[in-house]
Amino acid sequence: MGKLISKVPEGPLAQKWTRYKSSVKLVNPANKKKVEIIVVGTGLSGASAASSLGELGYSVKNFCYQDSPRRAHSVAAQGGINAAKNYQNDGDSVYRLFYDMIKGGDYRAREANVYRAAEVSNQVIDHFTALGVPFARDYGGTLDTRSFGGVQVSRTFYAKGQTGQQCLLGCYSSLNRQIKKGNVKMFPRREMLDLVVIDGRARGIITRNLITGEIERHGAHAVVLATGGYGTIYYLSTLAVNSNASAAWKAHKKGAFFANPSFVQIHPTSVPQLNEFQSKLTLMSESLRNDGRIWVSKTRGDKRPANDVPEDERDYYLERRYPTFGNLVPRDVASRAAKERCDAGYGVGETGLAVNLDFRDAINKQGKKAIENKYGNLFDMYKTITGIDSYEEPMRIYPAGHYTMGGLWVDYELMTTIPGLYAIGESNFSDHGANRLGASSLMQAAGDGYFVLPNTISNYLADQISVAKIATDKPEFADAEKAAMERISKLMSIKGKQTASSFHKRLGRIMWDYVGMSRNEAGLKKALELIGELKDEFWKDLNIPGNADDLNMELEKAGRVADYFDLAQLLITDALNRKESCGAHFREEYQTPDGEALRNDEEYAYVAAWEYTGEGKPHILHKEELKFEEVEMKVRSYK
Amino acid sequence: MNLTLKIWRQKNAGAKGNFATYRMEDVSPKMSFLEMLDALNKKLVEEDKDPVAFDHDCREGICGSCGMYINGHPHGPVPAVTTCLLSMRYFSDGDTICVEPWRAKPFPVIKDLIVDRSAFDKIQIAGGYISVNAGAAPEANSIPAQKKNSDTAFDSSICIGCGACVAACKNASAMLFVSAKISQFALLPQGRIEAKDRVRAMVEMMDELGFGNCSNTGACEAECPKEIKLTNIARLNREYYKAY
Repeated sequence: MGKLISKVPEGPLAQKWTRYKSSVKLVNPANKKKVEIIVVGTGLSGASAASSLGELGYSVKNFCYQDSPRRAHSVAAQGGINAAKNYQNDGDSVYRLFYDMIKGGDYRAREANVYRAAEVSNQVIDHFTALGVPFARDYGGTLDTRSFGGVQVSRTFYAKGQTGQQCLLGCYSSLNRQIKKGNVKMFPRREMLDLVVIDGRARGIITRNLITGEIERHGAHAVVLATGGYGTIYYLSTLAVNSNASAAWKAHKKGAFFANPSFVQIHPTSVPQLNEFQSKLTLMSESLRNDGRIWVSKTRGDKRPANDVPEDERDYYLERRYPTFGNLVPRDVASRAAKERCDAGYGVGETGLAVNLDFRDAINKQGKKAIENKYGNLFDMYKTITGIDSYEEPMRIYPAGHYTMGGLWVDYELMTTIPGLYAIGESNFSDHGANRLGASSLMQAAGDGYFVLPNTISNYLADQISVAKIATDKPEFADAEKAAMERISKLMSIKGKQTASSFHKRLGRIMWDYVGMSRNEAGLKKALELIGELKDEFWKDLNIPGNADDLNMELEKAGRVADYFDLAQLLITDALNRKESCGAHFREEYQTPDGEALRNDEEYAYVAAWEYTGEGKPHILHKEELKFEEVEMKVRSYK
Repeated sequence: MNLTLKIWRQKNAGAKGNFATYRMEDVSPKMSFLEMLDALNKKLVEEDKDPVAFDHDCREGICGSCGMYINGHPHGPVPAVTTCLLSMRYFSDGDTICVEPWRAKPFPVIKDLIVDRSAFDKIQIAGGYISVNAGAAPEANSIPAQKKNSDTAFDSSICIGCGACVAACKNASAMLFVSAKISQFALLPQGRIEAKDRVRAMVEMMDELGFGNCSNTGACEAECPKEIKLTNIARLNREYYKAY
C-alpha cells in the first residue's frame, strides 16, 4: 500500500468508460453463483448494487441497520435526480453535466469519474422509469424536468419533493425481486462492527444483530460499502439520526484511505432550529430556490413581520451579489451568504439565525395552484413542523450539515486501497469534489450501484473464481470478532453518568462552531483540543444501561459516537492541512477581497487521502494529484 | 408543560408487557413527540434504567421507521403526521398520554414500542416490483404515461410502510398497504405487463402472513400519515378480480 493508483483508463475523456468496459475482465456466468459479495447498506447505491449484482448472478448478502431496506436515508432526498437527457432542448449534454459538476465541485474531483457519472445518468433515468418510479410528467405523457441550484439548464427529474423516496422504493423493488429469486440474502437490523482482511484482501465483515446482540461473521470474495456519509458528526444535520460513519471508519482503520474528510456540504435551506432538545434539522428542498426569493431586511435587527417589510427595504442579497445565478447559486455559496447576513445582524426570527425564503412573487405570477403542484408537500411539511403557512408568509430557513463529499478513497473502479473492498455512493469521495451540486447525489448513488460497480467489480472477481467460499473460522475472523466484543465490553463497563447522545450533541456543537461553514486555523486547533478533552470524558463518564446481548440502542449510539471522535479529529486535520478555500471548505484566511473562496491550485489541486497508522498516532497524508485533461481550472464565478 | 406518560414496556417478544408510568416536567411545545421521548430516555439512562425502545430514523416523516399508538391513534391524534413530526404543541399541561406499540398479530412486539414489520417486506418481495434488469430499460420517454394516471400512481406510491393502517384496522388488514403498491404499478404502462401475477402473488402472501380481511371500515385511510386513499383498495379488488 502507499501509492495511490487511480486506474483511470487511457484515451479521450469521452471514450474512457466505453473503452474500459470493452476491455475489462469478465466472470463467466457459470462461475458467478460461486462468488459471494457482501453489500453493506441499502440506500440508493447499496440496494441498486445488491440488486444488479444479483441480476448478474452473483451470490449477494446485503446488510442494513434499519428494520427494512426501504428505510435507508436516500428515502429523504427531496428535490430530484439529474440526467443529461436534454429533453428541454436547452443545450444540455453529458459534457455540460460533467462540466457543471467539475466546476460546482471547485475542481477538486477526479475528472474521469465525474464524466462517467454524467455519462451513466441517462441510463439511470431510463432504468428508474422502467421500474415504475412515478416521475413528474407533462400532459403529452413524457417526463418533466426542472432546474436546480448551480446550473442554467433544466435537467432535474423529480417526483414532487419526494424524489429520493420514489427512487429508493424503485431500488427496493429491484432488490426484492432478487431476494425472491434467491440471488440476494437480506440481513436487516445488522450493524457492521468490523471489516475482515485476509492476506491483504477484504474477505468479510463482523456484524452485530441489533435485536439479539449476537456477534456474527460473514465471509465473501468482495465487500462493498454503501454506507452513506458522516453528516451526523454535527449532531444536528439533515440526516437520519441513526446515520453514522462507523462502517467506513472501521474499514479505514483496516487500511482504506479516507479522502478529503473536511469537504462537508452545509445545505442552505433547512428549517431553523426550534428548541434545544432538537434531534435533527429538516431539509427544505433547494428546488424551492427556483421560485422562492431569499431576502433579509436592509435594516439590522429588524423585528417587523416579514410581510410588513416594504419591497424597497428588502435585501435580496443573492440576487444582489450574484446577478447571473441569483437564488440558484450552488449550495456552499448560498449557505455562506446566509451566514454572512446573519453574522452581520440581519438574520430574521427570534434567534436571528434565519433568512426569508419568499414565494409571494411566484404565487402572484404563477398562481397558488402552480406553486402547490410543485412544492405542495414541502409547504405542508414546513407547516407541520413550524405551524406557519408559507403561502401567506415567507419560510424561514438556515443552513444545516447535509452531505459529505469526502469519504473513502476509491480508484476509477470504485475500489478502496484495500483490494476487494469497494465504496459507492456517498461513502466514497470521488465525484463531487469540494461541493456537490443539487440532484447529483441520487444520480451518482444509483449510477454507481446499477451501472458502474457491476462493470468494474468483475475485473477483480475474475481472478477470484478459484478462491473457495470464504470460511469464517479463519483466525482473522476470530480476531476481528474478539476485537469487536472487547470494544463492546469496554463501552459497557465505563458505567459513568452521561448518555451517548449528550456527548454527541456536545461534539456536534464544537464541530458546527469551529469546523462548519467557515474555518480558521485558530478555531480548528481549538476544536482539536476540545474534542480531545470530550473524548477523554466520554471514555470515563459514559453510561449504557442494560446488557450487550440484547436490543440496546444506547450501546449502538455509543459505538457510533466513539468513532465520530476519531473521524472528527481527522476531519479537522484535513481542514488544517488544506490551506486554501475551495467549494464548501472555506478557510477565512484564504478569501478574495469580496469574500469569495480563494483556491490555491498550485499547491492544493490534489485529493488528500489519509492513511491510518494506529490508535493515537498521526495519519499519513497521501496526495493524488488532480490532472485536468479536458477542462481548464477557472475561478468559480456565479456573479 | 408537565405530562404523565403511560408507556407500554415489554422486555422481549416472549415476555409479558405492562404499562409503566413516567412524569415528564418542563416539556416544550416546540418539541416533537420523539424528542419528548428522547428527553425521557436521557433521564432514564442517567438513572441507569433501561430506556424506552422505539424505532425511529429520519425524523422527517419519510422513512416509516417510527410508529406508536398515542392516545388510541396510530401516530397520535393529529391527522397526516408521523410520530416523529407530531408536535407537542398539540398537547396540554397536565395531560396523561398513553403510548403503545402497534397491536396486530402479523407485527409481533420485539421490545417495548418496537414491532417486527418484516411481513410488509415479505409482501413486497412476493411481487411488488417490475421485472427489468439494469441495462435492459428502453429510453425513458419511449414509455409515455398519461399525466393524470402518473400523478395518481405517485399519490399511491408515497406509502412509507409504517404499518399504521394495519394497527388501526380492527381486522389487522394490510389492504391499504398492498393496494397502494398495486395501484402505483397498475396505473402505469410499465406495470401492466405483470399486473395479474403481481396482484395474485401479493394478495396470497398477505393472506398467508395472517393479515385480516377488509371490511370497509376506513380506519386505515383515516389514520394513514400519508393520506393514502381508500380508492386504492377498490382498485386492488378490481385488479384482483381481473386476475382470475
